[in-house]
Amino acid sequence: MNNPIGNLNKLFDSRIRLGVMSVLMVNEEVSFNDLKQLLEVTDGNLASHLNTLEENGFLKVHKGFVGRKTNTTYSITKAGEKAFKSHLAALEHMIKFMQ
Amino acid sequence: MNEQQHLQTLSDIKRIMERSSRFISLSGLSGIWAGLSGLGGAWIAYSWLNSYYAAWDARGGYSDADYASLRLRLMLLAAGVLLVALAGGAYFTWRRARRNGLPIWDATSRKVLVNIGIPLAAGGLFILGLIYNNQVSLIAPSCLVFYGLALVNASKYTLTDIRYLGLAEIALGILNIFLLRRGIYFWTLGFGVLHIVYGMVMWWKYERKTREIAN
Repeated sequence: MNNPIGNLNKLFDSRIRLGVMSVLMVNEEVSFNDLKQLLEVTDGNLASHLNTLEENGFLKVHKGFVGRKTNTTYSITKAGEKAFKSHLAALEHMIKFMQ
Repeated sequence: MNEQQHLQTLSDIKRIMERSSRFISLSGLSGIWAGLSGLGGAWIAYSWLNSYYAAWDARGGYSDADYASLRLRLMLLAAGVLLVALAGGAYFTWRRARRNGLPIWDATSRKVLVNIGIPLAAGGLFILGLIYNNQVSLIAPSCLVFYGLALVNASKYTLTDIRYLGLAEIALGILNIFLLRRGIYFWTLGFGVLHIVYGMVMWWKYERKTREIAN
């Protein structure tokens, strides 16, 4: 039997990264500002976590414009969805395993 | 990491998923307020209709001027009731959002408004068309059906219970179209009574507990 802790994704140890993934799982496309408001984080903090998730291929970035302002939106990738689901499954498994 | 932390993480995930996709601050008190405004409006309309028919009987016939005045007053009354209902409804929902420390204007409230707005705007224009064509007996059923469709449409982005209110409004509207000329009773039931019942159920289900904790 493999160790359930092994299925927990290290990337999702961060509450902010886990929060971003949770939002993107249930919303097709979310803007930077909406993410910031939902997770109550600063611009710089959020940007660095988004970068990490993008580098790992868990989310797609779309750069657009609303008038003259840039409007960056994010959506989840297939790989991101898969990683998030197995992370959830591992969490659930560990709770059952411990009871 | 222990079990407690994992459970906490799972409930955080659930909360964030819900908060990011649904507008959950809609207050039951908003529904009760809308229902009371509806009942008040219906009562005024009812008394106007009574005096209109009393004057008709006294005169022994139809009067163009009387009809035009009644129609104008009823349209203004409907607009007034809508305004009062919306303002009070917005206030109670704003209050609930503030209490829970949630934003009132975010992506989810925008989605609710847009999705209520599309069927409602279509209904409004449709009903203006009915008035233009003097099909006044069709106004009440059309109000109920379009409003119900708007609620069903918006239920994807807010508390799902509002779907049942929407379905009930649609059913009333359909029933009304087969029992024409009793529009005011259906209107009172749909916009007054149903809103109050819905608001009380919602308040009991979602807001009663948080208030106890706050006290």
